[in-house]
Amino acid sequence: MAEMWINMGPQHPMTHGLWNLRVKVEGETILDAEPVIGYLHRGWEKLTEYRTYPQIIPLSDRLCYGSSMTWSHLYCLTIEDLMGIEVPERAEYIRVVVLELQRIASHLMWIAAYGTDLGLLTAFVYCMRERELFLDLLQSVTGARMTYNYPRIGGVRNDLPPDFERDCLRALDYFEKKIDEYEEIFDGSEIFLMRTRGIGILKPADGMNLGVTGATLRGSGVKIDLRKHDPYSVYDELDWEICTHPDCDCYARYRVRMDEMRMSCQIVREALKKMPAGPIRVKAPRNAPKKTAYARVEDPRGEGLMYVIGNGTDKPYRLKVRSPIFVTVSAVPIMLRGYKVADVPSIMGSVDMCLGETDR
Amino acid sequence: MDLYQFTEGIVSWLVGIVNWLLNWLGFHGLAGWLGSPDVIKFLTLLGESIVLLAVGFIVAITMIWQERKTLGRLMDRRGAMVVGPAGYFQNIADGLKTLLKEYIIPEKADKTPYNWAPVIMIGSSILLLVAIPLSDRFYMTDLDIGLLFIFAVFSITPFAILLGGWASNNKYSLIGGMRSAAQLISYEIPLLLSMVGVVLLAGSLNVGEIVMAQENSVWFIIPQFIGFIVFMIAIVAEVERIPFDLPEAEAELVEGWWTEYGGMRFGLLMLAEYFRGYAGAAVAVLLFLGGWNGPFLPPELWFLIKVFIVFFVFIWLRGSLTRVRIDQILNIGWKRLLPLAMVNIVIAVAIKTLGWI
Repeated sequence: MAEMWINMGPQHPMTHGLWNLRVKVEGETILDAEPVIGYLHRGWEKLTEYRTYPQIIPLSDRLCYGSSMTWSHLYCLTIEDLMGIEVPERAEYIRVVVLELQRIASHLMWIAAYGTDLGLLTAFVYCMRERELFLDLLQSVTGARMTYNYPRIGGVRNDLPPDFERDCLRALDYFEKKIDEYEEIFDGSEIFLMRTRGIGILKPADGMNLGVTGATLRGSGVKIDLRKHDPYSVYDELDWEICTHPDCDCYARYRVRMDEMRMSCQIVREALKKMPAGPIRVKAPRNAPKKTAYARVEDPRGEGLMYVIGNGTDKPYRLKVRSPIFVTVSAVPIMLRGYKVADVPSIMGSVDMCLGETDR
Repeated sequence: MDLYQFTEGIVSWLVGIVNWLLNWLGFHGLAGWLGSPDVIKFLTLLGESIVLLAVGFIVAITMIWQERKTLGRLMDRRGAMVVGPAGYFQNIADGLKTLLKEYIIPEKADKTPYNWAPVIMIGSSILLLVAIPLSDRFYMTDLDIGLLFIFAVFSITPFAILLGGWASNNKYSLIGGMRSAAQLISYEIPLLLSMVGVVLLAGSLNVGEIVMAQENSVWFIIPQFIGFIVFMIAIVAEVERIPFDLPEAEAELVEGWWTEYGGMRFGLLMLAEYFRGYAGAAVAVLLFLGGWNGPFLPPELWFLIKVFIVFFVFIWLRGSLTRVRIDQILNIGWKRLLPLAMVNIVIAVAIKTLGWI
C-alpha cells in the first residue's frame, strides 16, 4: 500500500481533546508523525495581564480540568515567591493533602481514558466510580468538583471541614483495595500486556533531551520528581519514594502511575497525621514588587512551571506557563515511529494528554 | 408438525377465505390460480421466511438488550432501563431514531458500491438465518451441506466490508476494510478446521444430523474441548467483537469501515452485526452444545436459551478484555489456533477410530 498521511484529529476518539496528530503510514506501519496543537488556544497568558493577582486564581484552575488544583497551587506558589510571603505550616499541609487527592483523581481519569483507548470500557466506568470518592472529598473541602478556586496567595481559602480526616482515611482504605482490583483487570490481562509491553519506547536519553518530564520520564527509568528534587510545600518533611520503572514503554508508564497513586495515599495519610494546628492564611499585599519570580511543581503530567514579572502594580506584567504536555508532545514522533496505527491510542494514551494546559 | 406444514396450514386457510371471496365476486379463474399447489407452495415459503426473519429480528433485538443489560451490570451500572420493561424497547426506539436520520452520502464516495455494501452485509446476515434450525421441526431448509453453506455465507462479509470501506473514500474506513479482510481470512481457516472434528464425529455436514449424533452420544464439547475453545475464539473474531473488533476499532479508526455510514444504513449494519452474533452463537450451540436437546422445555426454547448463554460469554469477553492489535491477531490465528485445530482433528480421528463415539 502506498504511503499516506492520516489526520488523527482534531475530532477523533483517540485525541482526548482538540489536537491533531498527523500520522504518515505505509499500510499499518507508522513512518512518521507530526503533532499539531493550538486548537484550544485561549490566550490564557494574555488574559492574566488584565486581571489582578487574586483574580487569576480561578483562571488558573482552567488550565487543566483534570488537575486544576495543581495549577492554581502553582500560580499561588509563584506569586508567593514574587511577593516574598511565608505560608503558615497548616496551610502547607492542607495543600499537600488536596494536591495528592487531586493527583489520585487525575491519574484515575487517565487510567479510565486509557482503558477506553484500548477498548476496555469496563475500566473506564470503574475508575470514574472511584474518582467520584476523591471528587467528593475535594468538594467537601472546596465546594467545587472540578475548578476549585481553593489555594490563595498566602495560604488556602478555608480550613478542612470537620470529620475530613475520618472521611479521607476511609476513602483511602477503600481505594487501596480498588487499586488491587485495577491491577487484576490490567496486569492480569494478557491482552493488555500484549498491547502495552515493548510499545512506544522512549529512551531515557531521548526523553531528557526533549525535556519530557513526569510519569512519562519516570517510566523511562529516570528518577526525577520535583517533589523530591526541588521540594515545595512540605514534601521534604514527609516520607515517600519516587516511583520509577525501567522498561521505557507504555506498560512502564502505566505502572508508574499506579504506584504513584499508592504513594499518594501514603503521603495523604502521613500529612493528615502530621498536620499542625494554626492559621491557614496570611494576608498578601495588593501590589507586587518590580521583580521576577518563578515556581515549579510536579503536576500529575510532568513539570509545571510559571514565570511571572511584576511591575509594581496589582497586575502581572507577564505570566509565562511551561506546560509539561506541550513539551512531551514533541517526543511523540520518536515514540510512534515504527509501530502500528493500532498502537497510536496505546502510546498517546500513555502520555496523558491535557489540551487545556498545552494550548493555554 | 414442522414449520412448513404449520405455515402451509395457515396459508391454505387464508387462501381458502380469499378464494371463497373471489368466487363469490365471480373471479373464478383467479381463484383457481390462487388455489393451485405451486402458488400455495410459494406463499408458504414466503410465510416461512417472514416467520424466520421475525424470529431472527426478535432474537437480535433481545441480544442487543441482553448486551446492554449485562455489560451494564459488568460495569457496575444499570444499562437501558427507561423505555419499556427493563429498557427492552430502547433498541426499537433507537431503530426508529436511525430511520429518522438524514442519510448522507459523502460527495467523493463511489456511490454504487457505497450504497450496496450494507445491502450485501444485511443480506448475507439474513441468509445465515435460513440455514440455522431452531429445532428438528422449526427450520426453513434442511441442507445436506448446511454447515458449509453457513460458513460460505459467513465469508461473504469481508467482501462487503472491503467494498464499503474502500467506496467510502475515507482513510480510516479503508484501513478498517483492509484489516477486516486480513482478519476474517486468517480466522476462517482455524474456524473451519475446528469444525472438522465435529463433522468427523457426526459423520455428516447436515446440521440436524450433527445434533442428532450428539443426542445419541454426548455433547461434542466433551470429546472436542480443544476444538470448542478454538471455535469460540475464532467465532468471536469472525463476528468482530471485542477483543477482535479491529475493523471497527473506535479508538484508532473512529468507527472503522462504518465511519461514513449514517442513518438507517448504520442501523442495518448494527443489526447485521447482531444477526451474525446470533448465527455465530447458534453454530456453537449446534456443533458443540447439543443443539436443541434438553429436558422438560420445548426444544426451540432450549436452543434459544443456549444461544443466549453463548452470547453471554461474548459479552463477558467484551466486558473484561482489551482490543488486540492487528499483527497480534494474525499471529494468534496462524501460530496458536491453527496448530490447536490440527491437534483437535487428530483427537477426533482417534476417538472415531477407537469407536468411542
